[in-house]
Amino acid sequence: MYAFNYHRPASLADAAKLLGSATDGKFLAGGQTLLPTLKQRLASPSDLVDLNGIAELNGITVSGGSVTIGATTRHAAVAASAEVKKAIPALAKLAGGIGDPQVRNMGTIGGSLANNDPAADYPGAVLGLGAMIHTSKRKIAADDFFTGMFETALEEGEIITKVEFPIPKRAGYVKFPNPASRYVMVGAFVAETANGVRVAINGAGPCVFRHKEMEAALSKSFSADALKGIKTDPDSMNNDIHASSEYRAHLVGVIAKRAVQAALG
Amino acid sequence: MTNQGIGQSVRRKEDFRFITGQGHYTDDINRPGQLYAAFLRSPHAFAKIRAIRADAAKKMPGVVAVFTGQDVAADKVGGLICGWTVKDKKGEPHKAPKHDIIAVDHVRHVGDQVAVVIAESLTQAKDAVEAIEVDYDVLTPVVDVVSALKPGAPQVHADAPGNLCYDWDFGDKAATEAAFAKAAHVTKIDLVNNRLSPNPMEPRSAIAEYDPGADTTTVYTTSQNPHVLRLILCAFVFGLPESKVRVIAPDVGGGFGSKIFNYPEETVCFWAARKLKKPVKWTSDRTEAFLTDAHGRDHVTHAELAIDKDGKFLALRVDTKANMGAYLSTFASAVPTYLYALLLAGQYTTPAVYAEVKAVFTNTTPVDAYRGAGRPEATYVVERIVEAAARELKMDPVELRKKNFVPVDAFPYQTPVACVYDSGQYAKALDEACKAADYAGFAKRKAESARKGKLRGIGFCAYIEACGIAPSSVVGSLGAGVGLWESGQIRFNATGTVFVYTGSHSHGQGHETTFAQIVSDKLGVPLENIEVVHGDTAQVPMGMGTYGSRSLAVGGSALMRAADKIIEKGKKIAAHLMEASVDDVVFDKGTFSVKGTDKQVPMAQVAFTAYVPHNYPADLEPGLEASAFYDPANFTFPAGVHIAEVEIDSDTGVTTVANWVAVDDFGKVINPMIVEGQVHGGIAQGIGQALLEGVVYDPESGQLLTASFLDYCMPRADNLPSYKVGMIETPCPHNPLGVKGCGEAGAIAAPAALMNAITDALGTEDITMPATPLKVWKVIQSRHLAAAAE
Repeated sequence: MYAFNYHRPASLADAAKLLGSATDGKFLAGGQTLLPTLKQRLASPSDLVDLNGIAELNGITVSGGSVTIGATTRHAAVAASAEVKKAIPALAKLAGGIGDPQVRNMGTIGGSLANNDPAADYPGAVLGLGAMIHTSKRKIAADDFFTGMFETALEEGEIITKVEFPIPKRAGYVKFPNPASRYVMVGAFVAETANGVRVAINGAGPCVFRHKEMEAALSKSFSADALKGIKTDPDSMNNDIHASSEYRAHLVGVIAKRAVQAALG
Repeated sequence: MTNQGIGQSVRRKEDFRFITGQGHYTDDINRPGQLYAAFLRSPHAFAKIRAIRADAAKKMPGVVAVFTGQDVAADKVGGLICGWTVKDKKGEPHKAPKHDIIAVDHVRHVGDQVAVVIAESLTQAKDAVEAIEVDYDVLTPVVDVVSALKPGAPQVHADAPGNLCYDWDFGDKAATEAAFAKAAHVTKIDLVNNRLSPNPMEPRSAIAEYDPGADTTTVYTTSQNPHVLRLILCAFVFGLPESKVRVIAPDVGGGFGSKIFNYPEETVCFWAARKLKKPVKWTSDRTEAFLTDAHGRDHVTHAELAIDKDGKFLALRVDTKANMGAYLSTFASAVPTYLYALLLAGQYTTPAVYAEVKAVFTNTTPVDAYRGAGRPEATYVVERIVEAAARELKMDPVELRKKNFVPVDAFPYQTPVACVYDSGQYAKALDEACKAADYAGFAKRKAESARKGKLRGIGFCAYIEACGIAPSSVVGSLGAGVGLWESGQIRFNATGTVFVYTGSHSHGQGHETTFAQIVSDKLGVPLENIEVVHGDTAQVPMGMGTYGSRSLAVGGSALMRAADKIIEKGKKIAAHLMEASVDDVVFDKGTFSVKGTDKQVPMAQVAFTAYVPHNYPADLEPGLEASAFYDPANFTFPAGVHIAEVEIDSDTGVTTVANWVAVDDFGKVINPMIVEGQVHGGIAQGIGQALLEGVVYDPESGQLLTASFLDYCMPRADNLPSYKVGMIETPCPHNPLGVKGCGEAGAIAAPAALMNAITDALGTEDITMPATPLKVWKVIQSRHLAAAAE
């Protein structure tokens, strides 16, 4: 790890100011990607601006048909929340399946979304439920937020403050983990929402995406059988030593069916 | 006393300090004024070093020195050695190209040492490493054995033409050919034994310290055999007297073979500490461990089994290409030869066996012994081909094995490949395993799985290993540079407590408990009064260390001999105290007594008298301690049967290990709990090899693609079933404890059992380890098994 300046502001305004004045600053949320990167000397930011001292970024509220989770809320808190479990059980289950207990006790939803690792879990829920991402500057709909591999619509210095999930009629999340890393190799978040059926596929491609063909089929009949015969284009899939793009494309179908079954309980 | 001795599941004495974080591992040790070493490692698999520019690095804060291979060469430091010379088919010694502790002109694998920075802090050392500039002429690498043997392949070493380390054979070629000529059936199989990374929990580490006043060098390091390391460093690398060098292997967190060897890093620390007259410390990080800890396995094999019309095995011929990596590691040459081909008869009466082995240099991390070392590879060949033969002949694999087992009345049994099996009950182990696995109920379970759309398979492995390594004269005749005896010393204190010194080394095996148990049992000393000391060449008599499931069979036997000497002397002291004739004194359960009388004195009183000899035999030396060395008469031959049952999700290719039965014959068992733990750990590693683990190099660039746990898949608790572990006990007839060794059995047996189960479920032999979901799915697709299952 290289040396850096560490800051722990108490307000969003101070955080933005500190980052703006740094030569090459980075926000620190849970640090579950950033700190290992620093330890391996793969990044050398001049300043780390720790967001964990900003009280308003933390906490869970359920009201008015939505679940709102503050950006620095830990995965473990979401997984353990009785309110989340009641309102969107698939979301609590997703949070409880991220990484290991150490990761869940430090990792945050805001950090996960801002990083947009293709193999992360949370992007599946955010896109699958059609959540609204609140930032220090604006609100961004999930459909506009994830722009590419490790890329989002966030501008320089913009901070995610909270994520608002509309409570669906039902939802299910199933993932096929990478055997080695246990990150998502193929994940499917399926939800029947007020605005129709949404199917988000994470892990499989360079960026989380909606599977429109599956959404159309499930809109007609919300059942695993409805997905029979729907193919996914291998060319849009990732390819590595653990899973070829053909295998990933095949797994998208299998895992989506299982997610529908999970949603149906 | 009875609940502490042989056969009791005594809790491990060492676990309190380990579990409470109070162990003392090498990296926990810090010496006053110590410096830190960090290595610049090659980013290329194969390159010529044109120039190294370290001036900027040398001027950086805290940097004490930057050394390259030229500096090492200028000090006339020897290269690392291979301690076992294998002679090829023509009787020529193997090729062992120079292995410099820092590369001089070429780098030959990714991670090869190019330079070392010694600095006041680790951060300063790492910063300076990044400031060193190297000009490379990048060369085309070769990473696999098949490519490396092709004409025109890149040459890893100029002095090993064709990348050949040796072309070796073993067994009776003519008899084997003759048997094949008359065979009713020949089963053929092609196998890959995948390359593994050892991954002990504790990475390698070393801290070397030079005392200029006494001219002594001490090195603390993660070693399974500190005396052997001292011998190599002194006699071969530096030319120093062993009396001036001390090697200490303190608590060591796992080795699996990878900490047997002499590596460049501790050798560089040793050299630099003497040069700079300051302690020098290095601890591997996990990436360095993946890049530089000696890997295991990596064989490509074609095998053929000749069978007569009644299903009796006539002959086995095996052609193996073994990857040595970029340099010949300390015992690398012996693994695919004498630890491999000698086991190819398996548990069977196969009258003729012939093996050819080509050892091959490639631009990869050196390969050497890893848990089982040669014997897992041999077992994999024998048990895969036997199972395949049963399928081809449409015979029950259990019946085919029984038809060919060495029968119980045939021991000692001379195999066609040099071994003399001393004892065993192979059919009994198989019967018990089949019962425990409910083999009779398998068809029903398979049908049940099919109803759920899943594929079910069962696989057997009847393994044998040669442990208790090894009779010195035998290994000497086969090219070993060392003897493989072991030492033991028992030293009583005046108050009756005991130090037990063993030349073997515990790095997870539980010697501090097991060895205390055998001494407690033999001498009647309470377990809590026995302290087992190991790992320090200044305290312990010369010993050969721990590997090859040898510690108890060889080291334990040495302690039994030392205990006999203690009893012999104790009888003289006791006879004097009881005013009796020595011939009338008997010793039992810690008490000396006079036959036919009620006179008795306890061991503690004898020990006290030995050190406070006020009333003492006139012609006897005071003190009570004894040393012994034990050179085994033969290898030991642990054997057993593992049965694996799998269920495969035909939609995803995911294999679930549904059931696992092991019935092992380790001879006499000292601590059943520890033995069962060893079996569990071994099976976990074997399942890891078959299902999850595999080192992958990019074939073009030679880059290591599995250089972290993100890509190298280690077994975890949820990959593993609850094992049913049973034991049968056929005591080893040629060592005083009747023990055979248990440390490697699980890793030897498990891969073949599991792959036999997977190939049974898939209906094809054509899948390699690790049988990942991707590979299994591909087979399912190609064989249209998913549709069949639906």
